[in-house]
Amino acid sequence: MKRIYLDNATTTRVDDEVLKEINYYYTEIYGVPSSIFSHREGLLAKEKVESTRELISKKINKKEGEIIFTSGGTEGNNIIIKGVSNKLKEKGNHLITSPIEHLSVLNVMKFLEKKGFQISYVRVDKNGFVDLDELKKLIKKDTILISIQHVNQETGVIQNIEEIGKIAKEKEVLFHVDSSLGFPFLDVDVEKMNIDFLTITAHKFHGPKGVGAIYIRDLNKLKPIMHGGYNEFNLRPGTENVPLIAGLGKAIEIFNKEDYKRINELRLYLLEKIKNEISDIRINTPIEKSHSGILNITFYFVEGESIVLRMDMVGVSLITGSACYSKSLEASHVLLAMGLSHEDAHGSIRFSLSKYNTKEEIDYVVEELKKTIKFLRDLSPLKREN
Amino acid sequence: MSMPYSKKVIELFLNPKNVGEIENPDGFATEGSPACGDMVSVYIKVDKETQRIVDIKFKSFGCASNIATASIVTEMVKGKTIEEAKKITWKEVVDELGGLPPIKLHCSILAVDALQAAITNYEEKMGIQKEKVPTDENLIRKRLRHVIDPNTGKEIIGSGVVKKIEIKDGIINIELNMSELNQFANSIKEEIQEKLKYRWDVKEVNVKFSD
Repeated sequence: MKRIYLDNATTTRVDDEVLKEINYYYTEIYGVPSSIFSHREGLLAKEKVESTRELISKKINKKEGEIIFTSGGTEGNNIIIKGVSNKLKEKGNHLITSPIEHLSVLNVMKFLEKKGFQISYVRVDKNGFVDLDELKKLIKKDTILISIQHVNQETGVIQNIEEIGKIAKEKEVLFHVDSSLGFPFLDVDVEKMNIDFLTITAHKFHGPKGVGAIYIRDLNKLKPIMHGGYNEFNLRPGTENVPLIAGLGKAIEIFNKEDYKRINELRLYLLEKIKNEISDIRINTPIEKSHSGILNITFYFVEGESIVLRMDMVGVSLITGSACYSKSLEASHVLLAMGLSHEDAHGSIRFSLSKYNTKEEIDYVVEELKKTIKFLRDLSPLKREN
Repeated sequence: MSMPYSKKVIELFLNPKNVGEIENPDGFATEGSPACGDMVSVYIKVDKETQRIVDIKFKSFGCASNIATASIVTEMVKGKTIEEAKKITWKEVVDELGGLPPIKLHCSILAVDALQAAITNYEEKMGIQKEKVPTDENLIRKRLRHVIDPNTGKEIIGSGVVKKIEIKDGIINIELNMSELNQFANSIKEEIQEKLKYRWDVKEVNVKFSD
């Protein structure tokens, strides 16, 4: 059975060109940058790392500060949020984030709460947009960081980063953007957007897993959370993962905005078909201001895990926003924060597309989805109250 | 690695048995709710002479385990007497399915609870009154043996997750050997409260974590 993969917001297939680049640095140029004064392999490795740093710097319009390579989004978010709070705790102990962030932000915040920091969660509206008026009100004298994601992992909603950046600058508070699902799909200009810290991860855009980068405007604003060698500006010790850094660079280099536009057409086609062929749905993605590849829909009266498992059996990979592991099934924290009821959140399915998906695949998915929803609705004790 | 489910679970998930409703059932109950995201309705028809369950049907809103456990429970008790059906345990249900992942064991409890509630509903209709038993530590322990820790798949009393139980003037205080930051902390807390808060003599259920 041919598989149809619609879980690209979780991770993506590595592009062949990226794989070739990674292999080259695993098998031909496998030195490390710190051997620059010893041998050619070290020199060539160093060149690759620095040219990738340069590539990212240009892409995000970096004028000051540094790019640091990490093992991905989670580590990047940890280095920034813990690093800033450790360094600036004398100045203040208050941080602001949103309730719909990725767990690598939310659970760091929870950890800091236990350490005595105060965390405010700025409200989001029914479409998932951060309430900018409330954000302004939440900022206090002792606020040391605002951390807001660029793109939401479940609904695809794009936050108004430029506006939030303005507010942060005006109030003189540092601003972190987790752009794990934003860059390079969306333009990031750290100057225009007043971004002090940025998180990037490779595997969301056909790069390898286990590598990412962070932008830091001022290295003096954070303390390292790991100690060891003196790599990456003394902030991220450990041997540089040159092959994966090369892979990250290649994925950025070959990224094509045209693909991103085509994916949107495919997404709109999928949405229209579902709207026309399946009743009792709720669209949780604000189509006009969301990531091209993400579409989140609730199918009423059925539970998400059952939908995805039945779809898996006919070759389609999807995920749901609900995780069933106790009597009180865990509904997506994102959808609940947007004001959806538990009932609305439990049957939510995320379709996330990539450049490898086709129109024929979408036709097949909707056909199978119709059958699945019908079967599960026949089995369900819930139905529409007329 | 194969799927986390046994062949039997998948088979029943794809083709569940005894799906549907019974008109004018002798006993009916729904456990769980759409808000919980897990829900099973059970309908039974009982032969008054023999006290045997002659027909049983279910409807389910939930994950694969929920559908499969509800389906197998109906198969296990069809033709049994009410007294025999009362003795079915969630562990027997899990064995019959060829096992369930630890994280899904609660589904078997929900299915058995729904069956037991349908039997209680039948007995109440028949006028078999139950006296009100007071809630004491023993009863709390017994109930909490039906709460599974998804981290380990073990019930929370036997596995030592429950550190302390106190009951005084209708207020229950329970302390757990678990960090509040644990992935499943909140769901275990909610499940403990769910098991106890509806008792006739319970006013409040507090769950504390040992951080």
